[in-house]
Amino acid sequence: MTTTLVDVKEDTAQTVHTPDDEAKLSEFVSRILEVAKSGGATAAEVTAGDDVGLDVKMREGDIDTVEFSRDRGFDITVYRGNRRGNASTTDTREESIQEAVNAALAIAEHTEEDSFSGLADPDMLAVNFPDLDLYRCDPMDVEHLKDAAQTAESTALEFDEKIYRSDGARASVSSNCVAYGNSLGFLHAYRSSNSSLYADVIAKSSNGMQRAAWFTMARQRSELDTPEFVGTKAAEHAIRKLDPRPIPTGEYPVLFDQTVAMGLILHILNALSGRPQYLRSTYLLDSLEKQVTSTEVSLKEYPFIPGAMGSRAYDSEGVATSEKYIVENGMAKNYLLSSYSGRKLGMQSTGNASGVCNLTVEAQTLPLTDVLKQMDRGLVVTSLMGQGVNILTGDYSRGASGYWVENGEYAHAVDELTVAAKLDDMYKNMVAFGDDVETRRNIRTGSILISNMTVAAL
Amino acid sequence: MTETVSNSAKQDLLTTGDISDGQLETMMSRMMSREIDRGELFFQCRRNESWSLEQGIVKSAGFSVSRGIGARAISGEKSGFAYADDIQLDVLEQTSSAARSIARVGSSKSTNVPVKRQLPEFYQGIDPIVSVSKDDKVKLLSRIDKFARSLDPRVKEVSVSINANHESTYIYSSDGTDHGDVRPLVRFGVSVVVEQNGRRENGNSGGGGRHDLSWLYENETAENFAREAVRQALTNLEAVDAPAGPMPVVLGPGWPGVLLHEAVGHGLEGDFNRKGTSTFSNRIGELVASPLCTIVDDATIPNRRGSLTIDDEGTPGQRTVLIENGVLRGYMQDKLNAKLMGVASTGNGRRESYAHQPLPRMTNTFMLAGNSDPEEIVKSVDRGVYAKTFGGGQVDITSGQFVFSATEAYLIENGKITVPVKGATLIGNGPEIMTRVSMVGNDLELDLGVGVCGKEGQGVPVGVGQPTLKIDQITVGGTQA
Repeated sequence: MTTTLVDVKEDTAQTVHTPDDEAKLSEFVSRILEVAKSGGATAAEVTAGDDVGLDVKMREGDIDTVEFSRDRGFDITVYRGNRRGNASTTDTREESIQEAVNAALAIAEHTEEDSFSGLADPDMLAVNFPDLDLYRCDPMDVEHLKDAAQTAESTALEFDEKIYRSDGARASVSSNCVAYGNSLGFLHAYRSSNSSLYADVIAKSSNGMQRAAWFTMARQRSELDTPEFVGTKAAEHAIRKLDPRPIPTGEYPVLFDQTVAMGLILHILNALSGRPQYLRSTYLLDSLEKQVTSTEVSLKEYPFIPGAMGSRAYDSEGVATSEKYIVENGMAKNYLLSSYSGRKLGMQSTGNASGVCNLTVEAQTLPLTDVLKQMDRGLVVTSLMGQGVNILTGDYSRGASGYWVENGEYAHAVDELTVAAKLDDMYKNMVAFGDDVETRRNIRTGSILISNMTVAAL
Repeated sequence: MTETVSNSAKQDLLTTGDISDGQLETMMSRMMSREIDRGELFFQCRRNESWSLEQGIVKSAGFSVSRGIGARAISGEKSGFAYADDIQLDVLEQTSSAARSIARVGSSKSTNVPVKRQLPEFYQGIDPIVSVSKDDKVKLLSRIDKFARSLDPRVKEVSVSINANHESTYIYSSDGTDHGDVRPLVRFGVSVVVEQNGRRENGNSGGGGRHDLSWLYENETAENFAREAVRQALTNLEAVDAPAGPMPVVLGPGWPGVLLHEAVGHGLEGDFNRKGTSTFSNRIGELVASPLCTIVDDATIPNRRGSLTIDDEGTPGQRTVLIENGVLRGYMQDKLNAKLMGVASTGNGRRESYAHQPLPRMTNTFMLAGNSDPEEIVKSVDRGVYAKTFGGGQVDITSGQFVFSATEAYLIENGKITVPVKGATLIGNGPEIMTRVSMVGNDLELDLGVGVCGKEGQGVPVGVGQPTLKIDQITVGGTQA
């Protein structure tokens, strides 16, 4: 065993991964690349990871679970000319490295020639590695996590007598080290950290129970919402869902609350991704330079924000990321491409083989109260359920709950609804944007108002 | 289960790290202290091979191995859990000690003497990865691609995938559990895109189970998945906008049983009921569904995707009656929740892998057949929807609200199935919807073996099933208000 096995000791407050671990993991990757080369691979790429985490869940004032996690492993892709094989393993013993490489090579003898396959184009690989300040790891300390979770939970439980019970509050910290290398000579490793806090509570009235949760995540604890804030938000949301009243089926303006607006933005990013484009299975086929959203909005990536959750200098193929518009004033400007999907479309990789980086929804924003005033009468969706999004046809139909707005103000809770429309219409009918932007997530958006959707109710 | 399967799984896993029975016992007695009720060591090795074809080329395939240990110490309602991706004695020691950290170390408690039992097995301990050669897998994918394209000129894209999984597990617990299992699992899938006058639609089909891959070559199984995917896609080319609002819905047999999985299944898992957070909490013995409904969870059906000879805590797989003639009979339990509720585990303790803690989970969940002729059921509806295929579903077990999304559905007009409608989400409240089941068909079918159920971030393979059934009123989420 020569990888960076890190001892998880109880109650130790120390930096889990050091720069030395980056060097060790890089060395591990280059050794696997050597094994692949001597095994007959004409090209190869390897990603190796080493993650350590601690997670404490409190429920009703007492510890529910303490979980220590340690994940290591690597993933290798080999090429024999234009034929590709892949293997991954969580087993990093010397003999298992050989076993995984052999498995990938054996597969590459049977897959078929694909002239679009291969590593990234050498001139696309990242050469600058700015310090993105992604490693701000908190101590792996059970007591700290326990206190945070307990405070969040007790704040929620004491918030109002309608809070019936807690389904648990959870605090976590993780320390991650990842290395990527390929046979073009690219080799780099970096560390990152995450801290998070989550509370899940249940409110009860004579009309039944409702559950709500609040979640906060950042590179370190000091950037998180406070435990008191998390508990209060979870409790407020659960109470706001109590005693739902019926509304008639019809066409209404629908506001996607900030927590569900992130998901809404993900659908258009999927539709603009390389694979559905070359498989011709997206409703936004051949849409570059065409209008795909309201002209009031732009979607732009900022990969280099220090400490941000979506920051990275290169994607999973080593291709340099860049600051760029995906959608500018409603016009599609860039697809999200890997090397492979780029070649399939006769284009170059956009450095998005592993998705978007700090995708920011840019529009004129208003305080949420003003957005509700503009809506006047309609539905605010705070949670969505089910899979009813078809990127190929652009049909959208999902389960929803939230609250009803009359005269620009909260009227009552609603649930057991569906919201449906064409995705194309939804994006073009985005008419107002809340200033409640969450900047600690990879999709940075506030609440979004859509002027018209079909709402079905019992 | 034959001793050979259980033992060979155990031997395979322990020899990897050169760990002896004596060392396991020592480890366990160290993990146990005054405050620890139960200690558990879970060893697992899972190997997976998958091949996929896209745009006429078998362009990618992968092999993965995941091997490791999960150690858990339970004290009352508390769990300490740690895992490691290396089956080695020193790692095992470190992992066990981390798990034990939920309780202060006290005087040691002797562990129970392991008791060996003969158990029935519900699948064979084979390795499906080697059941068909790599070459033959590539040939099969290419053949099905060409076959699907030959069915209709409107077929523009075909994706085909084949997946084989081999899992060995071994569970050693202070309650005397000392069992291993070898679980095969395979899955085959076809997905197509068709195009007509610029309109594009997709169709999907697939299946699998706990057996080898030879089934694909029998009775045109693989070809039939291609036929089904193409038929579904061509049907959707004609689909009109779906209606919006409450109406009667007839659900076809088989996979639409995802209704039961969401509307009642999750709500009957032991953890939610112990904590009192399910809409079904404290309702055993009450009428919670129409008297036409009898729903079971059954891990004992041979070779099904959700079947388990033993669960991931070593409890034998069983058949549990959840709802009988509309009356709530029981919950699905793992050991932790069963003990806290004063009942026995029902063999529903499942985990995605060694890196996850067991939770009460479903296996194969379905409604038993009723007496109605499926045609009569459709005939009884004036205006409504007939839903034949679903993508999947989701439930909020606290409010009881659940959804499931139709991917192939039709209008029913004057007792007849007429035009296809676009996919739409159906939404309802579990206990309410189950009381509105007014007709149950005599045509029980189980699904073809593709389901993955997610809970607390853990995915496990499951099965569902049901006969044709009619719900008097449920909200359909189309765009035509």
